[in-house]
Amino acid sequence: MSATLVKHAKPTLATCALTGCFGCHMSLLDIDERILELVDLVDLDVSPFDDKKAFDRPVDVGFIEGGCSNEYNVRELREFRKHCRILVSVGACAINGGVPAMRNTISLRDCLDAVYLHGVSLQGDGVIPNDEDLPLLLDRVYPSHEVVKIDYFLPGCPPSGDALWEGLKALLIGNKPDLPYLLCKYE
Amino acid sequence: MVAESFSFTIDGIVVQARPGQSVLQACDEAGIYIPRLCHHPDLAPSGACRVCTCRINGRNSAACVTPAAPGMVIENDTPLLTADRRAVIEMLFVEGNHPCPYCVASGDCELQALGYRLGMVAPVQPYQWPGRPIDATHPDIALDHDRCILCARCIEASRMQDGKSVFGFAGRGIAMRLNVDAAGGLGDTQMAAIDKAASVCPVACIVIKRGSYRIPNGERRFDKAPIGSDIEARRARPTP
Repeated sequence: MSATLVKHAKPTLATCALTGCFGCHMSLLDIDERILELVDLVDLDVSPFDDKKAFDRPVDVGFIEGGCSNEYNVRELREFRKHCRILVSVGACAINGGVPAMRNTISLRDCLDAVYLHGVSLQGDGVIPNDEDLPLLLDRVYPSHEVVKIDYFLPGCPPSGDALWEGLKALLIGNKPDLPYLLCKYE
Repeated sequence: MVAESFSFTIDGIVVQARPGQSVLQACDEAGIYIPRLCHHPDLAPSGACRVCTCRINGRNSAACVTPAAPGMVIENDTPLLTADRRAVIEMLFVEGNHPCPYCVASGDCELQALGYRLGMVAPVQPYQWPGRPIDATHPDIALDHDRCILCARCIEASRMQDGKSVFGFAGRGIAMRLNVDAAGGLGDTQMAAIDKAASVCPVACIVIKRGSYRIPNGERRFDKAPIGSDIEARRARPTP
């Protein structure tokens, strides 16, 4: 039997935290005792929760938290697109850049200058970090769907635990995640 | 006078109207909600946003500026019109900067509420990130041009109700913007926080300072029920 035909016992879920605050991941933990049900429903694959770093098999559902503010985010997002059958933008940052996108109306140079050269808390002359280990910043923060194809969106800042739960359940049985009025919030 | 009233149909429902009423006014009275954004019940309609566009006698027309007429046949709540309206809302979202998570109007914003009502989960048109300047020159009113959707409500209210003509439009097309009639900004005008123009903004472009969080998130106008629910509640339940 070839490796691609191996059936997983349960559907798989991968999550990643790009440029965001990790609030959407915290919200996924905010489903209270249903987290036991979650363990029964899905196998966690690549995710900050289990610290698995790289894909080694196809995954059913990928949750993207955060927008793309640097080249590392773009690479990780593309990896997710490559390995996830269904890719979902979760939360305001993945959907429109969120709070990090406040810098989108200011040039990157002006941002770096303001923080590292003219910041009020600087002592002496500042320097703009330029280590080769630091991912290069993009000119602005991009929503996920401007980088790869996104299949569904779960809005909110963060989406409530209930919204994530309902959305995930719908996806796992092959439905579109249509959130009811009280769960679909942009804020 | 009762004798003057006439009727038309909207989505197959017979609505009574009086001469002088717009399609939108007559439908509001009958408890049928036509989605709208720039229209405000206290102000003359401007037909700026086109969200209330209905198919009237086979042609697309804005319901707020179309006089009701006897025998009109109107389509309102159809998948095609809902998709068109959603597209307009989506374009407004990406044309300005509308970050709901940290906006003072969230939950009380008619643009956001229409997004919810019309089924916009996320805007997917390319974001424009315009970066328009904030006018903070007025002691009691903040003017955040990033949020402006060019609905013209404040222009109409300032001119016709406040008698001040503080606002106007400048530029055309994509470059069109709200203009304040004073070189020094809003602080150099006669505008006051009690003016009609200060309270009709559908978004958070014109915000009266120091009162924004009096009603907490979660308990605002559109937090629990969709926009238009109040109008739809007027409609008498059909008799079985």
